[in-house]
Amino acid sequence: MTLKINPTRRDFLQSTGYLTLAFAIPLEDALSQGTPVSAKPRLAGDLNSTRTLSAWLRVNANQTVTLMVGKVELGQGILTAVSQICADELDIDLQRIQLISGDTALVPNEGVTAGSFSMPYCATAVQQASAEVRAILLQLAADKLKQPTASLSVKDGLIQSTSGAQIAYWDLVVGEALNREATGLVKFKPASEYRYIGRPVQRIDLTPKMLGQSMFLQEHRPAGMLFGHIVRPPTYQAKLLSVNLALAQRMPGVVKVVRNGSFLGIVAKREGQALAAAKALTATAKWKVEKVLPGDDGIFDWLRKTPPNKIIQTKVQPRVGGPVPAKTMQATYYRPYHMHASIGTSSAMATLGEDGVMLIQTHSQSVFETALAISKMLGMAPDKVRCQHMQGSGCYGHNLADDAAADAALLAAAVPGKTVRLQYTREQEHLWEPYGSAMVIQTQAGLDEQGNVLDWDLQLWSTPHGTRPSGEPGNLLSARYLAKPFAMPLPVNAGGPNYAADRNAIALYDFPGHKVLTHFITEMPLRASSTRGLGAYANVFAIESFIDELAVAAQVDPVEYRLRYLKDERAREALVKAAEKFGWASWRKTEGRGRGIGFARYKNIAGYCAVAMEVEVNRQTGRIRVIRAVASSDTGQVVNPDGVMNQIEGGMIQSLSWSLKEEVKFDDTKVLSSDWNSYPILTFSEVPPIDVVLIDRPGSPFLGTGEASQGPTSAALANAVFDATGVRFRRLPLTPERVKEGLGKA
Amino acid sequence: MISFKLNGKPVRTTVPEATPLLEVLAHDFQMNGCKFGCGKSQCSACLVMVDGNPVRSCMAPLSAVAGRSVTTLEGLMNGDKPSRLQQAFIDEQAAQCGYCTSGMIVQAQALLDRNPKPSDAEVRTALDGNLCRCGAHNRIVRAVLRAAQGA
Repeated sequence: MTLKINPTRRDFLQSTGYLTLAFAIPLEDALSQGTPVSAKPRLAGDLNSTRTLSAWLRVNANQTVTLMVGKVELGQGILTAVSQICADELDIDLQRIQLISGDTALVPNEGVTAGSFSMPYCATAVQQASAEVRAILLQLAADKLKQPTASLSVKDGLIQSTSGAQIAYWDLVVGEALNREATGLVKFKPASEYRYIGRPVQRIDLTPKMLGQSMFLQEHRPAGMLFGHIVRPPTYQAKLLSVNLALAQRMPGVVKVVRNGSFLGIVAKREGQALAAAKALTATAKWKVEKVLPGDDGIFDWLRKTPPNKIIQTKVQPRVGGPVPAKTMQATYYRPYHMHASIGTSSAMATLGEDGVMLIQTHSQSVFETALAISKMLGMAPDKVRCQHMQGSGCYGHNLADDAAADAALLAAAVPGKTVRLQYTREQEHLWEPYGSAMVIQTQAGLDEQGNVLDWDLQLWSTPHGTRPSGEPGNLLSARYLAKPFAMPLPVNAGGPNYAADRNAIALYDFPGHKVLTHFITEMPLRASSTRGLGAYANVFAIESFIDELAVAAQVDPVEYRLRYLKDERAREALVKAAEKFGWASWRKTEGRGRGIGFARYKNIAGYCAVAMEVEVNRQTGRIRVIRAVASSDTGQVVNPDGVMNQIEGGMIQSLSWSLKEEVKFDDTKVLSSDWNSYPILTFSEVPPIDVVLIDRPGSPFLGTGEASQGPTSAALANAVFDATGVRFRRLPLTPERVKEGLGKA
Repeated sequence: MISFKLNGKPVRTTVPEATPLLEVLAHDFQMNGCKFGCGKSQCSACLVMVDGNPVRSCMAPLSAVAGRSVTTLEGLMNGDKPSRLQQAFIDEQAAQCGYCTSGMIVQAQALLDRNPKPSDAEVRTALDGNLCRCGAHNRIVRAVLRAAQGA
């Protein structure tokens, strides 16, 4: 199946035809972005902030429907899922949908594509908008055909009356009919009538990728395009003292050498020429370098000793009355810095047009806020910077996508009228991306005589998990190095219900006493920002490891022990389903092997996921082999079962990679993990067979699924290793060296 | 002047012979089926076949393919139809972001050319030098096995 995605994207690049479309968002919506809409009824998802139907959907005379969404495709399959929903609620074939996604001039501002929010916010909005547009079209048809709406049915856009009269969507004079706000009153179809929702529809963007058709940003080559490269300082804090610009300027193909403070860049006719000139600049550049980092071995002490910017009482639930604990257990868990580590390095294209608009093609997750930050960095009016999303390599959070957009714009500003494409080197990607923060998590439980939890205390120490552009130039790397630098704004820790460092720090278990304290440290030895799951990965690792420790101490089966405290029925079902699929009850221990389980509901408000796994540990080498893994997933109504399974399974594999192998290495000066040899990730031979059980909930809200499985996977792994060896590993990753050392001490 | 065959057709270029093959294929011949991933022969996103053998085009100089036959993902097509292996990748939905996919398919095709009926373990070993970050590994293995079964 081919479905046009951003079908006119190349035309956008090459012509000014889009200008007529730029008014697709009615003025009232543009204005309502900044004004409170609380006086109005709450609408579904992002329909609440962009309320006018024509901002989301257009019916075209060429028998197509244009769907405009602010969320973007990152490889997670969101554009396929929203297309399925639109096609079903609007009663059209999927092939009729033309998608425009992530163009700041054309689509609703849906903020950042992150946090597993795209299904609950975007897909929900598309569902409601599509149902309402269908109702409006039916009313237009009823008037035109002079038939009651109750007599009308729709099949692929053709409206038919029981009397035999008919008219198609595209033949209706829609006019201003969709220039109205959604009401929230139109009902969805019953689940039994869906053709696409709930079915494993093929991803609309995968076939072109598998045939080598142009789909990625890196594959767009406008005529006359130039290539950019930049030179990063040797360390975060370094200042440029001197550099030989003239030498680089004389090199083959060099069009422009750009220096602005400590920012250095090259624009050349070919990729290789830009890179060669950038290397020449690097060779002659003299920097002032400071030794200020705690090093990877010192980071956990640093976290514990550095005065936090804020101590947050994430949960305060003192136990009222009851016995004094008979026993207390305590444990501390450690998570190092992790990389997003995209396979393709970040890239962007930028053109400063004759109209004074900086047009940027980017694979950013936050096109609107990044465009705003770049406009401030360049001193341009916000409406003079336009970002268009194009697909890039998977990002898994805030990687260098936004910085690439900013750097391409800085270079493009120096060569007006020319398109500049920039793609970072592997070293730049590895060394400069904002990592997932290192964390320390300390748990303590007060227990009764039988080992039941009376008081549960969790404290965590972390640097920020959110330094996205957010409209602030100081969050763009290069903006900090300009002659007039922009200071980085003080990062904040997002509060409930999503949280950030303390995401999933509140266990879903119902303990009599329950406290969570977050030590939020804004100082960042290494640049850090949102990495898939934020704090949830490490917090779930700690919680689910510790509850396993408590179950072992109480000599109770870990599934049964969890069920004692798990009141949420859907949570219980997810846990039990995973255990059943694993064969938990019939499993028999053999030498060197162990089993483990982990559970979480992502953010305590999104998808439920439990993971069970079997491992084998080689005591001589310390090597862990994951024999097999199973997962359960309850993400509400399933729109695309294959898509959900892909996300759950992919999340498990990525988490196994983090948990078994990954740690950003750094000394007192700089990051040392500069490529795939110094930062290895999981390979095919290390990936276990994985089974996923879906628990579908037709008619219930979409919960999102992309970040559900990482936390449970890490804990299931560590619990299985304990089961296999009798040794508890609390510091990630569980490398052979660390396991061997741990077994040697036991 | 360097001459070689690209996806069956003779081509020539005056680009300096030390230029990485990847840059020549992407820039001068507009190929999409080889991606820049690392530039250090570590990830195989840039994989192409040279005389039927998998080669990482990011570090191979243009001169290395003089007089030889280069095949990219595009060259695996059966005319305008997907190859059996490409179709198997589509059927298994064997990707998430798809950035590594072209290198995966080229590597798998090279495997199937020398071993038409590989085992699961043989497929994994053959693909160990191809990095995937999204976690589509098992789907990719299934796609290769599916193509092999259909052979």
